[in-house]
Amino acid sequence: MQTRTRFSVLKWIQAAALAVAVCFTMGASDAGLRFNDLGHRLMCTCGCAQLLGECNHVGCTESGRERAELSAAIASGLSDKDVLDTFARKYGATVLAAPSTQGFNLVAWIAPFAVFLAALLGTILLVRHWSVGRTQQVAETHTPEMDALRERIRRETDAANGGFQR
Amino acid sequence: MATFGVLALLIALALAAYNLLAGTVALRLLATGQPARISPERLADTARRAGIAGFIAVSGAAFALVWSVFANDFSIAYIMEHSNRALPAPYKFAALWSGQEGSLLLWAWLLGAYGFVLRLRHHTDVKLYAYAGTILAAVQLFFLAIVNFAAPPFALTQGAIPEDGFGLNALLQYPEMVIHPPMLYLGYVGFSVPFAFALAALMMRYPGEKWIKITRVWTLATWLFLTCGIFLGMHWAYAVLGWGGYWGWDPVENASFMPWLTGTAFMHSVMMQERKGMMKSWNVWLIFCTFLLTLLGTLLTRAGLVSSVHAFAQSSIGTWFVVFMGIVLAVCIFTYILQRSHLKAEHHLESLVSRESSFLFNNLVLLTACFVILWGTLFPVLSEYVQGSKVTVGAPFYNRVAVPIGLFLLFLTGVGPLLPWRATSLRAIRRNFILPTIALWATVIVCLAVGVRPWSAAPDGGFDVGSFYALIGFALSASVFTAIVSEFLRGAAVIAKQTRRNLLSSIYVLTRRNTRRYGGYIIHIGVVIVIVGLSGAAFNKNVEKELALHDKMSVGPYTLECVGFTQDSNANYNSEFAMLDVYSGGRKQFQMTPEKRVYLASQQPQTMVAVHSVPGWDLYVVYEGTNPDTGQPIIKAFLNPLVGWLWAGVVLMVVGTLVALVPSLRPSTAALKVSGVRTAPAEPALHSADQERSMGALKGGD
Repeated sequence: MQTRTRFSVLKWIQAAALAVAVCFTMGASDAGLRFNDLGHRLMCTCGCAQLLGECNHVGCTESGRERAELSAAIASGLSDKDVLDTFARKYGATVLAAPSTQGFNLVAWIAPFAVFLAALLGTILLVRHWSVGRTQQVAETHTPEMDALRERIRRETDAANGGFQR
Repeated sequence: MATFGVLALLIALALAAYNLLAGTVALRLLATGQPARISPERLADTARRAGIAGFIAVSGAAFALVWSVFANDFSIAYIMEHSNRALPAPYKFAALWSGQEGSLLLWAWLLGAYGFVLRLRHHTDVKLYAYAGTILAAVQLFFLAIVNFAAPPFALTQGAIPEDGFGLNALLQYPEMVIHPPMLYLGYVGFSVPFAFALAALMMRYPGEKWIKITRVWTLATWLFLTCGIFLGMHWAYAVLGWGGYWGWDPVENASFMPWLTGTAFMHSVMMQERKGMMKSWNVWLIFCTFLLTLLGTLLTRAGLVSSVHAFAQSSIGTWFVVFMGIVLAVCIFTYILQRSHLKAEHHLESLVSRESSFLFNNLVLLTACFVILWGTLFPVLSEYVQGSKVTVGAPFYNRVAVPIGLFLLFLTGVGPLLPWRATSLRAIRRNFILPTIALWATVIVCLAVGVRPWSAAPDGGFDVGSFYALIGFALSASVFTAIVSEFLRGAAVIAKQTRRNLLSSIYVLTRRNTRRYGGYIIHIGVVIVIVGLSGAAFNKNVEKELALHDKMSVGPYTLECVGFTQDSNANYNSEFAMLDVYSGGRKQFQMTPEKRVYLASQQPQTMVAVHSVPGWDLYVVYEGTNPDTGQPIIKAFLNPLVGWLWAGVVLMVVGTLVALVPSLRPSTAALKVSGVRTAPAEPALHSADQERSMGALKGGD
């Protein structure tokens, strides 16, 4: 029974992990609509700290040119990765709106989830440790000595009450 | 006036130094009982009075700067750089915090004001207040040292004094800018007070949890100011920056959000300390971290460590902040190690499924969110150190990492209030969760029915992560809302039954009897409404078009027709704007006039967005400028769903906080005896959430 429950829980965890993985890996891929998607994965290089797809401040000297380059790159048939690599080579890694998933940059993506999971696990273990400690404490109060003491107190209290039961 | 200002700042510095020195000596004498020529009590009182006088001196300096702005005294470099003759009066006032030196002076003044109130209220607990006042004096000394030596606001203009100033940054000439920075600073600076009390209580091994009760109002008020400051900043970004959004995960935005997260965690976990004597060390460190994060926020804004849209305030005073943060951290660690035995918990958690446990998980999620934001903000610096090159950590990173954490937090917001203290039974869980679960699935079905389908919402017909998160956001919001409202209704039903009042009146009485609990619930409802507003961003639409006269463009249910362009000018700026008639359902509804300004003194251009807001969406129109080839204006129109909910949610959060700040009424117990509710059962650990709620409705409690 326990094995079956464990198997079922495992299956649910696997399904949830798969769903999360799907959520994180799927995205726009149609060539005609990639401009908007890629425009939100690149930064404007004028120093305004805005995404290329959202930079519209008056007098921006860079976003127009970058947008034209992005359109040209998409039209030339480059894949998303190639487009991003081309921009990164030309403008430096800071043109990418988020760190890549290679090398040291992977740490940026892993660390938050690792910290969250570690903290979650730590908290659960701590709470379990505390609850186990309390159960043991409660159990220890049922020793023969404690039971005898309780019985004596009950007798004395009843006698003091004139034999009335509570 | 410059001389007066300089003198006032020097006097304030001397008084802060005396406050710190005399306060420290007096407290040391009190602690050790050593004999001295002057009684330690009298010495501590002179330190307190020096703190009060220091506030008056800083006020004098702040007054001198404001006076100089209004008098157009361009002999002062700060005034020359941040004001001009034609600047409207409210913005002249805002010039006080529009630059580095002025904003630091504002910080020192606000800290002085908080200290002033604190020192006037010293009768509450003379010794604790003396400790806290001395700690505040140390913080004040740091800021006064900066404005005296590193960033003096009264430095004189070099060379000939110009006829007019350079004017205020164009981005700052917007009504919110008159109140957003002071609100944010009130929040930042305000956390110094609970920090001072926490450190003071630890230093003097203050018995019990009274210090938390004393600082509760300070912490809540500070949190309220910070909340208002953050949302005013969001509204400013929405209305001024013209990119159609309100939160860009800019490092400076992040810097204000981090102390808000830890402050929120603190406000939740102190309830466990007050009620159960638990998490004492945790709470002390939460408030230490919150204070340190406010300093880090100031450092990020000013030191230029990371690139930001708030670059107007950058300078080289970062080293001062790094050193001060190091000192603060060292003092906190040293005091904690020395006094940690004082922070031993009186109880431990008993069950994973309990109110305490939900607070613990709520803290865990809030701190993880804080870590994620801190990590993302500082990763470019770390990357440069490790790889030798900077990377950008922008919105795509946070949207993927922080949004799931936020949704989990929303889930806990609903679960927490449904769980009783200590432990609960499976039956109680089933009973309390049935309605919220129904609301959750009903919302999912309604969303799917109206067309929120993540698996086909992407532009190419594929899976859309944004829509998926929005769907979860809507469903969880409905569930949490149902959970909180049913909490209100259950409590109100008990009062209605006992006092024969109507439901509304019962809700009012219920709230007044336990303002802390029900104020908190109102804040939670506000948060839910904010989340609904944020979820709407997944469905934003925008169209950009060059519009000649009588050309049309469509976005959502609206058609915009260009009916004219015109120009205007005044002493402060020249502007050009488009006049757009907006049609819906074939009928003209209203006219919008998006604008572009060029400020004369600074020659900086600025967009002024036109926004038409209805509960379902905002029509947001930007005049982007003219095409240099055709001379035709370029108009960008956005349809941003549910943005109004965001601002409505904030209003509710403010109302909830104000309610929580009002002292609770004591119920007349004779009128409120409930036959079904018994106190002190043999095994209270397993009493139902309903029973606890009934008791809470009648007696108060968290």
